[in-house]
Amino acid sequence: MHKFGYYDPTSVQKAIGIAADKADARYLAGGQTLLAAMKLRLAAPSDLIDLAKLPELRGIKVEGNNITIGAMTRHAEVASSADVTAKIAALSQLAGMIGDRQVRNMGTLGGSIANNDPASDYPAAVLGLGATVNTSQRKIAADEFFKGLFETALGTGELITSVTFPVPAKAAYVKFRNAASRFAVVGVFVAQGAGGVRVAVTGAGSRGVFRVKAMEEALAKNWSPDAVKAIKVAAGELNGDLHASAEYRAHLIAVLAARAVAAA
Amino acid sequence: MNDRVIGKRIERKEDRRFLTGAGQYTDDITLPHQSYACFLRSPYAHAKIKAIKADAAKKMPGVLAIYTGADLPATVGGLPCGWLITGTDGKPMKEPKHPLLAQGKVRHVGDQLAIIVADTLEQARDAMEAIEVDYDELPAVVDVRDALKKGAPSVHEEAADNVCYVWALGDKAAVDAAFAKAAHVTTLEYANNRLIPNAIEPRACNAMYTRADESYTLYVTSQNPHVERLLMTAFVLGLPEHKVRVIAPDVGGGFGSKIYLYAEETVCVWASKLVGRPIKWTADRSEAFLADAHGRDHWTKAELALDKDGKFLALRVKTSASMGAYLSTFASCIPTILYATLLAGQYTTPAIHAEVTAVFTNTAPVDAYRGAGRPEATYVVERLVATAANEMKIAQDEIRRRNFIRTFPYATPVALTYDIGDYDACLEGAMKMADVAGFAKRKEAAAKNGKLRGLGYSSYIEACGLAPSNIAGALGARAGLYEAGEVRVHPTGKVTVFTGSHSHGQGHETTFAQVVADRLGIGIDDVEIVHGDTGRIPFGMGTYGSRSIAVGGTAIVKALDKIIAKGRKIAAHLMEVSDADVDFKDGQFTVKGTDKSKAFAEVALTAYVPHNYPLDKLEPGLDETAFYDPTNFTYPAGTHICEVEVDRDTGATRIVNFTACDDFGNIINPMIVEGQVHGGLAQGIGQALLEGCVYERDTGQLLTASYMDYAMPRAADFPDFHVDTRVTPCTHNPLGVKGCGEAGAIGAPPAVINAICDALGVKDIAMPATPERVWRAMNGKG
Repeated sequence: MHKFGYYDPTSVQKAIGIAADKADARYLAGGQTLLAAMKLRLAAPSDLIDLAKLPELRGIKVEGNNITIGAMTRHAEVASSADVTAKIAALSQLAGMIGDRQVRNMGTLGGSIANNDPASDYPAAVLGLGATVNTSQRKIAADEFFKGLFETALGTGELITSVTFPVPAKAAYVKFRNAASRFAVVGVFVAQGAGGVRVAVTGAGSRGVFRVKAMEEALAKNWSPDAVKAIKVAAGELNGDLHASAEYRAHLIAVLAARAVAAA
Repeated sequence: MNDRVIGKRIERKEDRRFLTGAGQYTDDITLPHQSYACFLRSPYAHAKIKAIKADAAKKMPGVLAIYTGADLPATVGGLPCGWLITGTDGKPMKEPKHPLLAQGKVRHVGDQLAIIVADTLEQARDAMEAIEVDYDELPAVVDVRDALKKGAPSVHEEAADNVCYVWALGDKAAVDAAFAKAAHVTTLEYANNRLIPNAIEPRACNAMYTRADESYTLYVTSQNPHVERLLMTAFVLGLPEHKVRVIAPDVGGGFGSKIYLYAEETVCVWASKLVGRPIKWTADRSEAFLADAHGRDHWTKAELALDKDGKFLALRVKTSASMGAYLSTFASCIPTILYATLLAGQYTTPAIHAEVTAVFTNTAPVDAYRGAGRPEATYVVERLVATAANEMKIAQDEIRRRNFIRTFPYATPVALTYDIGDYDACLEGAMKMADVAGFAKRKEAAAKNGKLRGLGYSSYIEACGLAPSNIAGALGARAGLYEAGEVRVHPTGKVTVFTGSHSHGQGHETTFAQVVADRLGIGIDDVEIVHGDTGRIPFGMGTYGSRSIAVGGTAIVKALDKIIAKGRKIAAHLMEVSDADVDFKDGQFTVKGTDKSKAFAEVALTAYVPHNYPLDKLEPGLDETAFYDPTNFTYPAGTHICEVEVDRDTGATRIVNFTACDDFGNIINPMIVEGQVHGGLAQGIGQALLEGCVYERDTGQLLTASYMDYAMPRAADFPDFHVDTRVTPCTHNPLGVKGCGEAGAIGAPPAVINAICDALGVKDIAMPATPERVWRAMNGKG
């Protein structure tokens, strides 16, 4: 990798200050994407601002009908959290499906959604549950947060501090894995709760995670696998690549949505 | 002491050092004044090099040297190919130069253009980024079918039509006649998918020139250090062979990919004298994908002619095999000598004809990968047999039984003579273990859950124990294929064995020690196996083709025979009897019919302290070397049965049961054999379900260039394998062994594909049978 400066600030304010000072600084959360890219010399930030020493970014809090998870909470912590499992089992299960054991013990919620890889799992949960992304500057609704491939609503230097998930009545996540990377070829998150029915799809969209309104409407009327089985997302909006054509992904979305509804 | 250790599940002696991080791999070795190298590689599949501008890079911090193809002296040759194939036109194969560093053109993505040597690896990489190369991109061709079309881009001017050779084996007229009268013909046309080997340890080297005695030492990830040295010194660099020591220390997997002489280590040896410091290079994983020799990559049309009862009459095979952009060390013999000769399989098919066209493409070189030609041959035969059985409505076991060879020795119509085998025994064993009788019920139960079950058979044969040198030579080999072993008995009776075989995961340090301990009646811990160092071992040919126990093990046995014969003379002298009256058993020299005896260690001590010794008739010392050249190949064979369950909705295939019943002849260590079978099955199932190297057809870019896109099998992809063996001892080596390293990779692919075709009721499906391919096949989407 190229040379870079390294900082490990002890407060969010300090972290933001360093980011503002540097030419091309990047926050280092779990490093599961960024460090690999730097080792391959595909990314060369001037400075890394390690968020590991910011306790305010860690932890899982249950507050009424919400769970708030700190941005630096590791996937393994979410996967093994009794609170998350009791309130939103679909979320802890999803966290347990990310990557492998090493990735789950390093990777973080904030790092994952800030990166917004179109095949990663967390965006499906954040969008599928209608969560709120809390940043150093504001609160961003999930529907406003994910903007496209590796793009989010975050501004320069803006830091995710936590994500607040409303507890749904029912939810489930079903993932069909890429045999090589084990990322989602398609992942479908379904939820039914105070905010209505939401269906979020990761892995398949040509612009990243997205909602399937037709499925949501059908499920609002009739919460059953049969309600979504025959609903096809237009292949034109989907990814086609080495691993799966858009046509196949469209088929999988319906299959997995039905399975998720059955499992919820 | 009775220490019969052959046939026992002895834990691997090498595991303690590997599992506790004490292994010494090439990259672990750092020499005084170490420098580090990286290689600039082509981003294009085919391009003219107009200019390489490295002046600025040469001035960067820590940079010691940058060399390009233009810097190589004219005396430095290209990388040689070790096997000459003569075409059907009587002409030798085309051998375009394989330069160490590209000269004028690059011919595949990853082709190396320059070496950058610096104080640190990061400095070398920084400098590499500062080198500017002006390319004129040329049209590229990556698929063998495209490469053979008229007007296709030429990879080499010397082979404008991209044909390296057209070669054939068998009686074409007899085959044509048999097809003319056949009651049924089964035809398949398909790709045998290209694979990337992916040893856990990437290739690496560390080359040092010593001014004091003008010698070179090369640490390198090699399966055969002597062959590496011979090719490098005699054919490429023109160095004196005796001044070059090649050491292949612990090596983390090879699967064929570390047999070959590669450009990188050769350039490092050459540059180490110029730079005056040892140069270390370790491939990163991306380089391993781009620049290791790949495997398979055939396009084949295969036809089987049968009579009305399902007896095979003839087999006709036409294959186009990719060589990649350059001929790798043994590339030319893989789709010919190791492929077409295996097309009889386990069957009495009386007439076989195979025609193979070897084709240059703008891809990484293709060479032997676990099985090497034999998996491709087994795939031809076992896919045809399964398909013919389906078409003729004959049970899978029945069609095989109707055609099995049962009299031995058996001369096939494709140049081999099988010495022994019992194919019914393995088929029956596998069927019992796989509970074929209960399959119908399991299929019914699965159907109720929306799952399709299928059963696939594969009755494979391989030719191992490579190879009788005279036969290999007649077929074009430019090397011998014997093996060497030296047994050095120390004065205390402890033993060091020097073998030309090389262990890179096979467990030779244990298996070979078992052979020695058994023969000498000493403890296994009293035996040390040394391999992988031209400075210590006799000239050996290395490890590939499941040859080590059959050929390397036999060389050791021959050396042990000499040790025992000499020990008998020493013991006879000590006990004042004639040699003929002395027996050797369980570590004791005894006099027949008496209670007189001398322990092996006492005889050893006498050999080195020859005070009471027949010095007039016998040299002191107890140290013997043997070279063994086999008289035939060995023929491991068996039946694999795969049971799959396909998800009707997604097309995902799960292996629910995999059974392998193999005949490897006698077995030294069943635990190691099972481990070898498991590993081979993982790679074979990997080929069938997961692994597929893909180059973009127009640009020649490698799309599967990392683990994000190239699917390696993982433990969770497999059920517990059911493996067992049947034994017909090899008739022509003293251990009765055949070899087991490749069987899994050879037998598994057609078993898996046959199972999927059975589940889906389709004729064929391409490898790897990805969920989408299966889903398309189920839904008639082609």
